[in-house]
Amino acid sequence: MKQEDPSDFVQAPGDRLTRAAGKQLAVYGVAAVLLLTAAMFLLNALAGLTSSAAGMSRMAVDVENNTITSYLRQEPPQMNSMLATDAVSGMVLAHVMEGLLRYDQYGELVGGVAERWQLEGNTMTFWLRDDARWSNGEPVTAHDFEFAWKNLLSPSVGSQYAFILYPILNAEQANNGEVPIDDVGINAVDDRTLVVTLATPIAYFDRMVAFVTYLPANEAFYRQTDGRYGADADEMLYNGPFMMTSWVHGASMRLEKNPYYWDADRIRLDAINFAHMTSDSSTLLNLFKDNQIVMADLGSEMLEEAMLQGWSLNQFMEGTVFYTDFNHRPERLTANLNLRKAMALVHDSGELVNKVIKLPGYLPGKSLFPVWLPGVDDNFREEYPAPVYQRDVAQARVYLQRALDELGLDRLPPLVLLTGDTPVSRIQAEYYQEVFKRNLDIDLVIDAQIFRQRLEKMTAGDFDLVAAGWGPDYNDPLTFGDLYASWNLNNRGRYSNPALDAQVRIAQNSLDMTERMRAFAEIQRIIHEDVVMMPDYERGYVYVTHPQVRGIVRHVIGAETDFTNAWIDAGE
Amino acid sequence: MEKNPIIRRLRPEDLAALSGQSSAPVLVRPSRSYWQDAWGRLKANKRALVSLYIIIGLLVFTFIGPLVWQVDPALQDIDQISVAPGADRGAIVVDAFEAWDGQAPAPGFAAGDGLSLAGQPTTQSVKLQWQDMAGADSYLVYRNNFVPDNVNTLGLPLMQISDPSQRFYEDRLDLRPGTYYYSVAALDAFDQRTGDYQTVVADVIRVITVNEVRTRNLVDDPDALRPGDEVRLSWHPLGTDYLGRDMLARLMAGARVSLFIGLLAPLFFVAFGVIYGATSGFVGGRLDSVMMRFADFVVALPFLLFMILFQVVFGIGPGESGIIPMLVALIILSWPATARLVRGQILQIREEAYVSAARLLGASQNYLILRHMIPNTLGVILVTLTFAVPAAIFTEAFLSFIGMGVAPPTASWGSMCNEGLKTMLTHPHELIFPAAMISITVLAFNLLGDGLRDALDAKMRSTE
Amino acid sequence: MLWYTLKRLLQGVITVWFIATATFIGMHNVPGDPLSGERATNAAIRANLEARYGLDRPVTEQYFIYMRNMLRGDFGISYTQQNREVNDIIREHFPVSATLGVLAVLFAALGGILFGALTALFRNRLPDYIIMFLVILGISVPSFVFAALGQLSLVNINSVLGFSVLPVAGWGSVSHMLLPALVLGLGTMAYMTRLMRSSMLEVMSSDYIRTAKAKGLSPTRIFSRHQLRNAALPVITVLGPAIAAITTGGFVVELVFAIPGLGRYFVQAVQQLDYTVIMGTTVFYGAFLVFMVILVDLVYGWIDPRVRLQ
Repeated sequence: MKQEDPSDFVQAPGDRLTRAAGKQLAVYGVAAVLLLTAAMFLLNALAGLTSSAAGMSRMAVDVENNTITSYLRQEPPQMNSMLATDAVSGMVLAHVMEGLLRYDQYGELVGGVAERWQLEGNTMTFWLRDDARWSNGEPVTAHDFEFAWKNLLSPSVGSQYAFILYPILNAEQANNGEVPIDDVGINAVDDRTLVVTLATPIAYFDRMVAFVTYLPANEAFYRQTDGRYGADADEMLYNGPFMMTSWVHGASMRLEKNPYYWDADRIRLDAINFAHMTSDSSTLLNLFKDNQIVMADLGSEMLEEAMLQGWSLNQFMEGTVFYTDFNHRPERLTANLNLRKAMALVHDSGELVNKVIKLPGYLPGKSLFPVWLPGVDDNFREEYPAPVYQRDVAQARVYLQRALDELGLDRLPPLVLLTGDTPVSRIQAEYYQEVFKRNLDIDLVIDAQIFRQRLEKMTAGDFDLVAAGWGPDYNDPLTFGDLYASWNLNNRGRYSNPALDAQVRIAQNSLDMTERMRAFAEIQRIIHEDVVMMPDYERGYVYVTHPQVRGIVRHVIGAETDFTNAWIDAGE
Repeated sequence: MEKNPIIRRLRPEDLAALSGQSSAPVLVRPSRSYWQDAWGRLKANKRALVSLYIIIGLLVFTFIGPLVWQVDPALQDIDQISVAPGADRGAIVVDAFEAWDGQAPAPGFAAGDGLSLAGQPTTQSVKLQWQDMAGADSYLVYRNNFVPDNVNTLGLPLMQISDPSQRFYEDRLDLRPGTYYYSVAALDAFDQRTGDYQTVVADVIRVITVNEVRTRNLVDDPDALRPGDEVRLSWHPLGTDYLGRDMLARLMAGARVSLFIGLLAPLFFVAFGVIYGATSGFVGGRLDSVMMRFADFVVALPFLLFMILFQVVFGIGPGESGIIPMLVALIILSWPATARLVRGQILQIREEAYVSAARLLGASQNYLILRHMIPNTLGVILVTLTFAVPAAIFTEAFLSFIGMGVAPPTASWGSMCNEGLKTMLTHPHELIFPAAMISITVLAFNLLGDGLRDALDAKMRSTE
Repeated sequence: MLWYTLKRLLQGVITVWFIATATFIGMHNVPGDPLSGERATNAAIRANLEARYGLDRPVTEQYFIYMRNMLRGDFGISYTQQNREVNDIIREHFPVSATLGVLAVLFAALGGILFGALTALFRNRLPDYIIMFLVILGISVPSFVFAALGQLSLVNINSVLGFSVLPVAGWGSVSHMLLPALVLGLGTMAYMTRLMRSSMLEVMSSDYIRTAKAKGLSPTRIFSRHQLRNAALPVITVLGPAIAAITTGGFVVELVFAIPGLGRYFVQAVQQLDYTVIMGTTVFYGAFLVFMVILVDLVYGWIDPRVRLQ
């Protein structure tokens, strides 16, 4: 029962009304386009009033201005070196600041602000160079270091990385509010001499000093920012090769060559634009393809495209170790050694890397200690190869049966695998679920949580297995080695073994490198035999760089991506 | 002049009296109820009818499908990761994998000049060995899917071998049947390429170990298999995903989740909205205005922001799929629109003349509700319901896309899209199938909604 | 009219209070610890951090402090960016989302009216079929697929042409806005095209158009003064809700195109459990929505006398 069909009233095509309407619509369309364009310019102008969206070069390489354009994986939470905890802040800070010591392009420890340094017993003395300057022209003095270090140790600042200063005398006590901050063993004797008294002599303190948290800050300037130090480009003083001239939050950042930098001749670029802040790998690939950024990390699904384009690809092992941690609290099933052994015997990190992650640069995990860590002469892992479990399902079932007998169970109840909410951790968790189900008939229940909820559950011990990762803070095996010490708060599974603790103490306190490495080897052995955790992989990146830009270095320790040695090779 | 022809033809019989029994002609069509009428109109609407069939088809796919295609959607076929749709594939049986020590090359692949293959390249591993290169401090092994032109386009850097005396490498990374071009480049002490490199072509064949044949139940008698025999691998008509799971089975499993949310959430919130709106409209007065103010508050909540907040606040516990929190959030945030609509409808009907007439004739409250209120609002409700389905499905897909949706290992079309989007270029089937399912479902419900609106409600009728 | 406006505004304020309270209750029941970091911290530092954010006080007190600060327009300090105020974050990122949203709505409305009128005019002919097919696509394909495909095609167009027609991602200039706004407005435009088409067909068959024709009015005048204007009214009605939905729903586009909008910031804040940013953003968006709807209602009442009478 259709009502009147409106088509009865529609004009026949080609009649006057249709023609007139067509004309009108064309006019309307043009007006609409004009209106839209006008609106865009107007809004752009309005937005310009509220945020300082700088009109940046959209080319990856700007030969004329000697400038390159890249990206940041995310917006750095802040540039305050005393509070910074993340890799992106660390990477930018390594460009705009310089500590006492730094890593050069070959990864060797060299002098930064410090000209010389010397460890004598408990005392480490740094002699500062006299030509180091802040970006306002003031000299960088030993007092700037003393101020920054003491400031971050004071409990009211709440620095999460204060622990990295704990080798210093009284640092831990001051950070806990037990002794006044002035008792900490940091003393600027004069403008150019900094004397640090250590709690006990340690062999690796010079390597720690290169870390972000040990950067200086100009006290007068810090006070004047009134709590906003490092919140914006102009809320900071710089003493590094570059200085930040603009920071549009969430959007872009611009670094320009710092004329006051003492070694400015070393720096060959005039400016670096970080024109995008995103971690979306396909967006980054598209930006690279569009010649807007000089480098991009690639996901496994982009490799074929990259090969098709004939790009020059590089790989880089980033240094972080990822592993599946067990909960060792006595009330948990995973406290049972035979159960852990059974699981370790079906866990195959090679299959995970080769079939699931599919990205070269990743190494199948074999140990808590990654391959790049230095030993006495060679790499630690060369000197002390890691023992590994080969997948052996039959043997694993034997261990599982033993575990069931010990636990007095017929069948294992489901185990909870706590993991993150990123795509990679999702995939990995789904893969493990199938591996343990198929080989051992163990049900894994996935508990995917956002970062902070996962941390809370880890701290509370609300898991059986947890996908965890640990990145290095300094270039010594101890940055990994004390992870399972019974007193370490980051030991979320609460593994406790006096034998391992004893080895950690040796590694911490000994000055004899060989003895320390033997201790680490012992820790590696205990972790393997006691199946404290199951190593998954050492993370790597495959990345592509612009053919005209040379000298981009990626470090395991320090700036993950280092443009300070980069230059534009216009000849290509 | 001619006479009137009719008059001329009149005969006397024509003027005879009629017999008394003749009744008036019957002019009655078969009585049709409102619903029969609506159904008739719907049937006449070809687009709506096709949509209805599509929806029935979707339900069959979702609920009958898994009975026909009995593949576990969680089963990971590690040998067939991200394979394209197509017929089943064969593989050669080989021995279990053992790491190669760089010695003892297989016969027929003896070390030649420069870079050479040691043994038949298979999907299990490709073994490479090479001669010393002058000035090499370390080596970098590359793999390319395309012919490398020069030292800058060697392809994928697989591994840097820092010990120059180790001149072999075993590649196991994501090997697929096909041709690879392997290269080894010499690096100097600063890890820079010296420019010296060698290339070899490897034709990789698909293999499988006896053990895997056994665990996957590919043949009846796995013990009879000898290396070199060929077996057929499991068939995946729509291909597999990034973990080698069957796409068809996963689409069915995803359909259960997506349709569960897409159908149940609207059903619940429309039901709640109807009760709420009807109560408010019927009772009226102070209660009505309080109830409606509350509905206004809920309407004002920013929908997507609160959907995300709900997902976080509820928290998805271990092993939970996250479907229930999403369902609850959808219901909590979506009911007011229906409540307002129904209330408006009730208020309007109360003022209609036929209701007043019925009241004057002494109709009871129950009669009024049953006979007038419900039938007259049911059409509107049904239309709202139909249009709410695509919205709910989109919301689910959107939340799953930003990673706030269902928890792993639960699959929904939205989460499958999210995963497929990354591999859009290399394995488009992982995006196309779930995206197409979403589109078809959304479209079908939209068109059915249009049809229903035309059929049920003259006032809301669109002029198409 | 004034009384009505005041009443609506009062309702709006109460609604915003309701949103703020709901968000507060929600946030304080979230499992997880906003102060935790990658590295475990000791008790003294924790206590200090808790004191800084007022987490050491009873919840009711926290609520009153929060409400008092909110009245002063102060949403507190972010948890992740410890030296930035939430107000700064909103001030810097909201204009971006708003720009994108307004452009998308403009695009959707202008395009919807144009294409809707075209399809009605060429009913059941080729232009109608083509546009309606596109409309069906626009309605049934999720926006994230559009965003990814849009970016991908732009990259390919740029590489084929050899120069950058439009930037593929980012923000900062007019050329950056075009594609994201287009993608964001596409779904709404499809919806508005449908709406315009049916309303246009209705208008074309109405009596006053016949009267106008009979009167001998010029076709141009009939079309622009009567048909287009009357048919566009329903489209304008849905503008208010559309602006709200688009401005708060821009997450996906902001994520894919790396646009520093408030939506992307909100998603990050949720993942980081940044209480103050989550609450601040939600309340701000809620208030924005509420007063936007009120504004649209008032303006509509002013345009259309029939509504004013009620």
